[in-house]
Amino acid sequence: MTATAEPEVGKARLRKEDARLITGQTRWTDNIQLTGMLHMAVLRSPVAHARITNIDVSRATAMPGVALVLTGEDFAAEQGSLPCAWPITEDMKSPPAPAMAVDRVNFAGEAVALVIADSAYHAADALEAIDVDYEDLPVVLDLEEALRDNDLVHPDLGTNKCATWIFDSAEAGAGTNVEDEIAAADVVIERTFRQQRLIPAFMEPRSVVVDSTAGMFTVWSATQIPHILRWMLSAVTGIPEHRLRVIAPDVGGGFGGKLQVTPEELLCLLVARRMGRPVKWTETRTESMLSAHHGRDQLQKITLAARRDGTVTGLKVELLADMGAYLRLVTPGVPILGAFMFNAIYKFAAYRFECTNVFTNKVPTDAYRGAGRPEATFAIERMMDELAVELGIEPMKIREMNWIKHEEFPFTTVAGLTYDSGNYEAATARAMELFGYDELREEQARRRASGDVKQLGIGISTYTEMCGLAPSRVLGALRYGAGGWETASIRMLPTGKVEVITGTSPHGQGHETVWSQIVADRLGVPFEDVEVLHGDTATSHKGMDSYGSRSLAVGGTALVYAADKVLAKARTLAAHMMECDEADVEFASGSFSVRGTSTARTLGDVVLAAHVAHDLPEGMEPGMDADATFDPDNFSYPHGTHLCATEVDTETGMVKIVRYVAVDDVGTVVNPLIVDGQVHGGLAQGIAQALYEEATHDEMGTLTSATFADYLVPCAADLPAFLTDRTATPATSNPLGAKGVGEAGTIASTPAVVNSVLDAVRHLGVRDIEMPMSPERVWTALRGREDSGAGEVAAGGLGSIDAQGGQS
Amino acid sequence: MHISVNVDGVTYADEVEPRLLLVHYLRERLSKTGTVVGCDTGNCGACTVHLDGHSVKSCQMLAVQANGHDVTTIEGLARDGKLHPVQEAFHSNHALQCGFCTPGMIMQAIDLLADESDPDDETVRKGLEGNLCRCTGYQNIVRAVQDAAQRMKPGAGPDQERHSDEHVTAKQPVGGE
Repeated sequence: MTATAEPEVGKARLRKEDARLITGQTRWTDNIQLTGMLHMAVLRSPVAHARITNIDVSRATAMPGVALVLTGEDFAAEQGSLPCAWPITEDMKSPPAPAMAVDRVNFAGEAVALVIADSAYHAADALEAIDVDYEDLPVVLDLEEALRDNDLVHPDLGTNKCATWIFDSAEAGAGTNVEDEIAAADVVIERTFRQQRLIPAFMEPRSVVVDSTAGMFTVWSATQIPHILRWMLSAVTGIPEHRLRVIAPDVGGGFGGKLQVTPEELLCLLVARRMGRPVKWTETRTESMLSAHHGRDQLQKITLAARRDGTVTGLKVELLADMGAYLRLVTPGVPILGAFMFNAIYKFAAYRFECTNVFTNKVPTDAYRGAGRPEATFAIERMMDELAVELGIEPMKIREMNWIKHEEFPFTTVAGLTYDSGNYEAATARAMELFGYDELREEQARRRASGDVKQLGIGISTYTEMCGLAPSRVLGALRYGAGGWETASIRMLPTGKVEVITGTSPHGQGHETVWSQIVADRLGVPFEDVEVLHGDTATSHKGMDSYGSRSLAVGGTALVYAADKVLAKARTLAAHMMECDEADVEFASGSFSVRGTSTARTLGDVVLAAHVAHDLPEGMEPGMDADATFDPDNFSYPHGTHLCATEVDTETGMVKIVRYVAVDDVGTVVNPLIVDGQVHGGLAQGIAQALYEEATHDEMGTLTSATFADYLVPCAADLPAFLTDRTATPATSNPLGAKGVGEAGTIASTPAVVNSVLDAVRHLGVRDIEMPMSPERVWTALRGREDSGAGEVAAGGLGSIDAQGGQS
Repeated sequence: MHISVNVDGVTYADEVEPRLLLVHYLRERLSKTGTVVGCDTGNCGACTVHLDGHSVKSCQMLAVQANGHDVTTIEGLARDGKLHPVQEAFHSNHALQCGFCTPGMIMQAIDLLADESDPDDETVRKGLEGNLCRCTGYQNIVRAVQDAAQRMKPGAGPDQERHSDEHVTAKQPVGGE
């Protein structure tokens, strides 16, 4: 066994995963073909709210290749209710969530029937021959209208209000009373923002294959959460958990969109059980848009109190969050993940957060990259700009005077979290230097003075977020149904090779590479000698899967502890082999030696000795395998400063990002190549919320953005080149010092872009433009300013209202 | 209908339904599952393959339209165990994460480089407009394509993809009727 020449942690290792991905050897779920496999196709409701009065499947059943056609009635006795694992309050209203509608549909896209056929083409053909009669019910779409309870999504609940969740710093003993701060403030700014509904739009459509032969149910699914899925499928169907095996093969992106127990997973399982034959379902893109969960969709009323000198004092957040028609796995908890983040990096004396979750006749919402935290960051970063404008203070200066200084860490916030580490000054200084902040401000002044058609704007986002989900006790306190620990196993093979088993479930992140780096460093084995196994509950029996930027900070830490257990045992055996006191054994570069002598045994020698077990110390078990489970005692708090310069064409409304700088502090970096990639992708999704993407419905509740022609996932030409850099303040909550990077780019970038566009046109009288800031909306905002003078400029939607009656 | 298609250097003769999409023919009949389906509207480009050396979206074509033509997929790019320079460049520049768009992206990039042997940033971005990636923000894809251009000089083109006779006869046609 050779020693590694240089530390693996910190090295820009090219990815192990790539070999199969660049040659087309990937194992996507839809690639799986099993003998006798049947294909499932799902008929979806074209209407958002209706009673199903009749379903005629007779024509469909007679179609070529069709084995069976099933409706909700056929599943009613066995389908149960899809799980919601996060009842955020004691009295939360939670309607039954059938995988297939039985007598009512509550959103357009809900499953109403399915066809099982010998080919996907035959199954799709037969869908068209199913006749469903609907009796329309009133459609509830608007959040505020829904709260009036005139029409009900679920009449049995008696209300469209799902739950109200409150955090109050005075009640929690974490700060003063927000109403007192507002009453005493020199300045009170009140704004309303809309977080439009987004669609995760992972590139690989969801796919499920279930094989029910030989008394075992094997479920392949394009999922982020094989372990949670196994648990939940067992809970819903009553199939004993040990008879269920879930495999997430190569999974093509998730972004929270595959953090779900889907109707189709359950239906495939039930059909496979019924038929005794393997069944596959792969969705079309439009099905994905119509039925996979959506993200965001909040109405945010924010009140900020400050002193005239710019010191912020109080923050009041009143949210309405759209649940859609049903509560999926963590639907009600998503806005709550933002509850602790609106105060962000700033030292507010008082904070109150109140969120009301509301049912509508739309696709259920749930986790989407950032899940609650992008919404929070957007609101506070927009508000800091509004305050800067109100007081005539430079927007970076007003942030700096309010943020937590680096010497104040660890810092307990008004929301009750303890930020372990950070250095906002350092990240900001680096970002401003890379950006050329002062030069761009000068250029902006020149363009304003000359009345340039293309105005320049500069947007700031100094963000933090909480990730590394999560301390189990905190999740318990928040009424979440599971823990937040993670587990890892190391199998030391007799030839010295290493198998790592992780409970995380990567779907593009590169865990195989990064986990290999960690183990190579810790054990002093070559990177190439490590194989990482994941995503199969038969090999990786325990885990909490991948989401919430948790995999490295929590799962990577479990791996470090497992490696330490291997080394601890190996040290004891090495001492025995070298006939010395364990205290005299030193370990370096994969080799044990006796201090001050040339006597040495490689880890490989020791592993082999443990494996053959011919001569072990008294009481030692054969073998050198170890596993560890880590439950963090805090979240981790990445932060950074993002700066965005946009050019706004005042004649066309077109927005072009001309410079984007992201300086992120994600703690210790294991692989800078992968970290940069995560930031790039995160930026793209956050920028897309600001400029391009929105799930739109017509007045009947039909999703009118159900294809990639209508839902504008940005292409290469829509995005700029990003300038990224890092500062590194290690997390103190885990031995790697890692903070998590999966969501940071998305969380930070949306407000940077929006602040930038508004900064470009604010001097022309525009005060707000709703997202996405399409050319049409920007143009309309600029025209509105001309047509109505100083009046309301609510481009395409809400606009914003402030406490001073519209003067800002 | 009867078709004869050369895919990755092997000629296949098959009876197909007229409505069968080329991508489904490749995936389901020939087991060329390296080529994937990402949407139904021709927007995402995940299914991009080459038809006679030029990129096409195989979900927007019928298998019968490929009759008599040469199709190259991601699985036919490597030669004698050696990756195509664009594949190499995608790996070296970390131009993929989940990898679902990657086959189509690589096939489109090769076609782009056949037209533009030394493209600037904007040319690459415009040339890849028909291929969506949700993971990378495109930054490293653009870098990879420019890097590949340097690796490939004097340039890519349909000729580079043609299989020599020895190469073809070395393979046994499999699959099909």
